[in-house]
Amino acid sequence: MLATMGTAANRDDEGVLLQFDTVSFSAPGGTELLHRVDLCVDRGAVTVLAGPSGAGKSTLLRLGNRLEVPSGGLVRFKGTDLTALDPQQVRRSVGMIFQRPIPFPGTVRSNLAVADASAPDSTFFDVLCRVGLDPSMLERVADDLSGGEAQRMCIARTLLTEPEVILMDEPTSSLDPENRIGIEDLARDLAQEGIGVVWVSHDLSQVQRIADRIEVLVEGRNATPTESLTYLEQRTEGDR
Amino acid sequence: MSDTQIGWMGVTASLALVAIAIGLSLWQQLHLTRSMLWSVARAAVQLLLVGFALRLVLDSKASVWWAWLWVVVMVVFSGFTIRSRAKEIPGIFLLGTISMLTVVVVSLSVIFGFHIFPMQGRTIVPLAGMMIGNSMTSCVLVGRRIVGELSDKRDEVEARLALGLSWQDASRPNVRAALRTALVPQIETTKAVGLVFLPGAMTGLVLAGVDAVDAVTIQLALMYLVLGSVATSVTVIGLGLTRQVFTPDHRLKPIARSSH
Repeated sequence: MLATMGTAANRDDEGVLLQFDTVSFSAPGGTELLHRVDLCVDRGAVTVLAGPSGAGKSTLLRLGNRLEVPSGGLVRFKGTDLTALDPQQVRRSVGMIFQRPIPFPGTVRSNLAVADASAPDSTFFDVLCRVGLDPSMLERVADDLSGGEAQRMCIARTLLTEPEVILMDEPTSSLDPENRIGIEDLARDLAQEGIGVVWVSHDLSQVQRIADRIEVLVEGRNATPTESLTYLEQRTEGDR
Repeated sequence: MSDTQIGWMGVTASLALVAIAIGLSLWQQLHLTRSMLWSVARAAVQLLLVGFALRLVLDSKASVWWAWLWVVVMVVFSGFTIRSRAKEIPGIFLLGTISMLTVVVVSLSVIFGFHIFPMQGRTIVPLAGMMIGNSMTSCVLVGRRIVGELSDKRDEVEARLALGLSWQDASRPNVRAALRTALVPQIETTKAVGLVFLPGAMTGLVLAGVDAVDAVTIQLALMYLVLGSVATSVTVIGLGLTRQVFTPDHRLKPIARSSH
């Protein structure tokens, strides 16, 4: 797959669902974790966010899901500043998948019901099929699922909120290669359906498999083109 | 001296058991002797001061307002006590004081509203003290449990928030678990009463010569009131604290984990 690299500058706004515009963020202690970061998330594309540990990738996703609020700059959803929107509605429109699957206590059904308590079983069946899980799993205890199954269930749970963007924070880091490929295929399928996907990854071969666009963060800021190429080349050599 | 008054000789005689405790501490090298002596002396001084002050407040000629003033002081001091026991919990003094005030208002309204006891200085002070004393421990427990739950299970709470749930819904399972933990000991105590132990008020009344069945009815009323007070205080502090650790836009604030 041929992915493009670049920041928000000089981009056509049509099709941009989520936009980070010179976003800065400081931790409660005052340490600046993000400095004037730009990123555009397009409809129907997988945007991969790469960069070394501590570069601020997860923090950026948390800002997109409104679990944090930037200390500078703006995060916009379809052109509107997130702080001007209902945070609960923002979170349903911009879903978040965490690094480790987080099943809630109870069955798969009760997990799905957290996202949509009024949905009929047929909706649950459909969403389980959509993420590649057997609908008969509905009564299984969520804690008993394998890592891959649990992560798929978490994606199904998020899909029930009908998001237009899904932010995935290294969603395959704790999975075996087979499940890793399965989740990657699922992310590509979601993008095909028109959802904007942001995928955080350290794994360059994975980046090459799934990315429509790559953005590299270094030390809490957008990497320069030279820094991006250097980082990606280093990762390539590391993978060999 | 009546048979319900033990006098200074009786108090001195009861120190024999303290001597046994000190002897055991020395024998087993527990290094608790100084601590025991200090606690015995401190309890004596504190209770004597309270006793003399209570004699003034509870005097039948004294205004009932002195008793109410005593209750206010108790409420404020309970707030300080809760804070000293759970310093790590943000805003615990105010929450604890509000919680204890709620307990006093609710329980004494029931007690005096339904004429369970007559509204006099000699009933106001000990009843308020009993309700506050029993509720304080549960308040500290629920505060610590809520901080622990929301800190240890932050991922789970944020995963619910990330699905668009309100802070109330996102924290409900964790807060519920904390409230249950704080209430269960009081419920168990209520269940076991009479079978495993005789409660303090009843024992005191029997020792003072009151008929055993009369003592039981008073004790039952008190236990039910204590159970209600504990439930009230735990709920007030639980909901207040939970509201405090979330922002108005449904984000979970950073929480320092309790070391207890």
